[in-house]
Amino acid sequence: MQKVFERTKGLTDNEFSYCPGCLHSVVHRMIAEVMEELDIIQNTICVCPVGCAVFMYDYMACDVIEAAHGRAPAVATGVKRVLPDRVVFAYQGDGDLASIGTAEIVHAAARGEKISVIFINNTTYGMTGGQMAPTTMIGQKSTTCSRGRDPLVNGYPIKVCEMLATLDGPSYIERVAPTSPAGLVKTKKAIKKAFQNQIDGKGFAMVEVLSNCPQQWHMTPIETFKAIDEQMTKIFPLGVFLDR
Amino acid sequence: MPLKYGPSIGGAVVLGEIKIDRERCKGCELCVHFCPNDCIIMEDGFNRRGYRPSSFINIDKCSGCAVCARVCPDIAIEVWR
Amino acid sequence: MSTKKLLKGNVAICHGAVAAKCDAFFGYPITPQNEIPEHMSDMMPASGGVFLQAESELAAISMVHGAASAGKRAMTSSSSPGISLKQEGLSYIAACELPCVVVNVQRGGPGLGTILPGQADYFQAVKGGGHGDYKLLTLAPWSTQECYDFVGLAFDLADKYQNPVMILMDAIIGQMLEQCELHDRIPLNDYPKPWATNGARGRAHNIINSLWIEPEVLENLNLRMQAKYAAAQLHETRLREYETEDAELILVAYGCTARICRTVVDMARDEGMAVGLLRPITLLPFPTAQIARHAQNGQRFMAVEMSLGQMVEDVRLAVNGMADVAFHGRAGGVVPTPTEILDAVRSTFGKPLVVSRCPSQEMETR
Repeated sequence: MQKVFERTKGLTDNEFSYCPGCLHSVVHRMIAEVMEELDIIQNTICVCPVGCAVFMYDYMACDVIEAAHGRAPAVATGVKRVLPDRVVFAYQGDGDLASIGTAEIVHAAARGEKISVIFINNTTYGMTGGQMAPTTMIGQKSTTCSRGRDPLVNGYPIKVCEMLATLDGPSYIERVAPTSPAGLVKTKKAIKKAFQNQIDGKGFAMVEVLSNCPQQWHMTPIETFKAIDEQMTKIFPLGVFLDR
Repeated sequence: MPLKYGPSIGGAVVLGEIKIDRERCKGCELCVHFCPNDCIIMEDGFNRRGYRPSSFINIDKCSGCAVCARVCPDIAIEVWR
Repeated sequence: MSTKKLLKGNVAICHGAVAAKCDAFFGYPITPQNEIPEHMSDMMPASGGVFLQAESELAAISMVHGAASAGKRAMTSSSSPGISLKQEGLSYIAACELPCVVVNVQRGGPGLGTILPGQADYFQAVKGGGHGDYKLLTLAPWSTQECYDFVGLAFDLADKYQNPVMILMDAIIGQMLEQCELHDRIPLNDYPKPWATNGARGRAHNIINSLWIEPEVLENLNLRMQAKYAAAQLHETRLREYETEDAELILVAYGCTARICRTVVDMARDEGMAVGLLRPITLLPFPTAQIARHAQNGQRFMAVEMSLGQMVEDVRLAVNGMADVAFHGRAGGVVPTPTEILDAVRSTFGKPLVVSRCPSQEMETR
């Protein structure tokens, strides 16, 4: 018998403080495995967001910078421009990337900034207690739209992949959902490609991962997977939006 | 290791085994849900942090597919094949 | 008629806003003030007002700028890092001589800091924060009742002086539960707003602007603004004093630190030390005259803050060299205990005074 799965060297040994069933650490693990497989742990700088993943610096074995809320793409730009031979990636939630950080992500993408962005979209401000996010779906309840998102008041959810795919700068944009064995494989493959593109000198690569929030959605983890598969993928369709 | 009859994948018999770190487990039940051969159940007891952890029971049926390990958010599972 | 409710400070703010007939609230999530946008998301529409969760604190203050320009009562809230984002907007709103209310539920900093309380945004609040020669009238509640009452007061001051007003609280005041008396109606003054950009129907068009290329014009705006602040200093200074008349040492503190200091006053008096508390309610205008009067009486001071020394500078300015001003502060979200403050107080008794006095003053050196 051979060991076929154990903890990657790309992660520290710390226990994750995420809620039970939260997909953040699943994605952290995939990123860490990609870093190990591409042998870039010591060459990589991670820029982490404000949100539940603010503590990402406790989990990744590479260098980590905690950015101000929404500014991770700008911070990553600062690093990559002065250290072009390193691998620099930003990891952000939907509040961080698509609300306060809308300008920063658009311009990093438009500049074709040679960074990789992992965008965790769970339609919720998890860390602060479950407020509405720019990707909250119509009818979905939150603590700042207690009757469900009303388009007349709050407009419509933002589809980041589709939006950024209109730009000439990016080299690769894909949306995935790690809610099934096949989905787990696809998600890791997409993350690996986003990193490989950077290593190959291509511009801006982003993977949007449809994710969950068992705590603020008031669901069990398995129920959240079902919600992602049945509801989120209708509004945020999976697939490759750009691959140059 | 004594010879066991394991599940068949593509005609070949594949043996697998997992080890669940019950103190890291947060009882999210994703591994139970995703195991294709029902090898995992939830324990009745609690671990030190107050979670009900999962437990590997159906040793004969494990094919070492590692889906449980890959879906586990706490990387509480190691897999052998 | 009124109802008594057990409320968090944050929620009392929301009730105060509704009572003050706030027309619009624009906010964004940040701990420890999330209850404010959450409750306003229901309470504003229910009372005929507008609620919107903005894309950022930066956007929210510009939304306030717009609603205030339109002649409406507009409000936003945030906590320290988010208030930093609002500084440019506040400078614009002040320069445009617009009214608005901003609530800062302070947390420890700097940087992302902590979600525990702090009082290290005092400089940011009263010394400008944003660019230019403007000031924020600043109120500091110490109870949920004051949280409720001060929103109406803040809107009134904002309209009266055509200037932004800040309610400066902290994570403890925001999160603690206390009894609060909600009134069916609060007195509201009417402030006509002929300058509002709400559609030039039957009048010349209005412009709300802060760009003035001719230097004399901009200087005149600045002088006019300073005159407002001078008038506020005369008419709007508010404070509370507790056992200060015969005190040898007067503690100066605001917000939850003032609550702790009131306990320290009682503990000190039990030990035979004559201590009092002066609690500024308006941090701007600061109770300079009242502190100077105590200094002239030969009394000395200790500022106590959840910072490493901000309001203490205003106490020193107020005494103008006439009295000793000591300081006790904690940072990082640490809340000082009554015992540690009492220890600091005790260590100042029985020591010679540092500051020199005018010879005409009869002073016992101790």
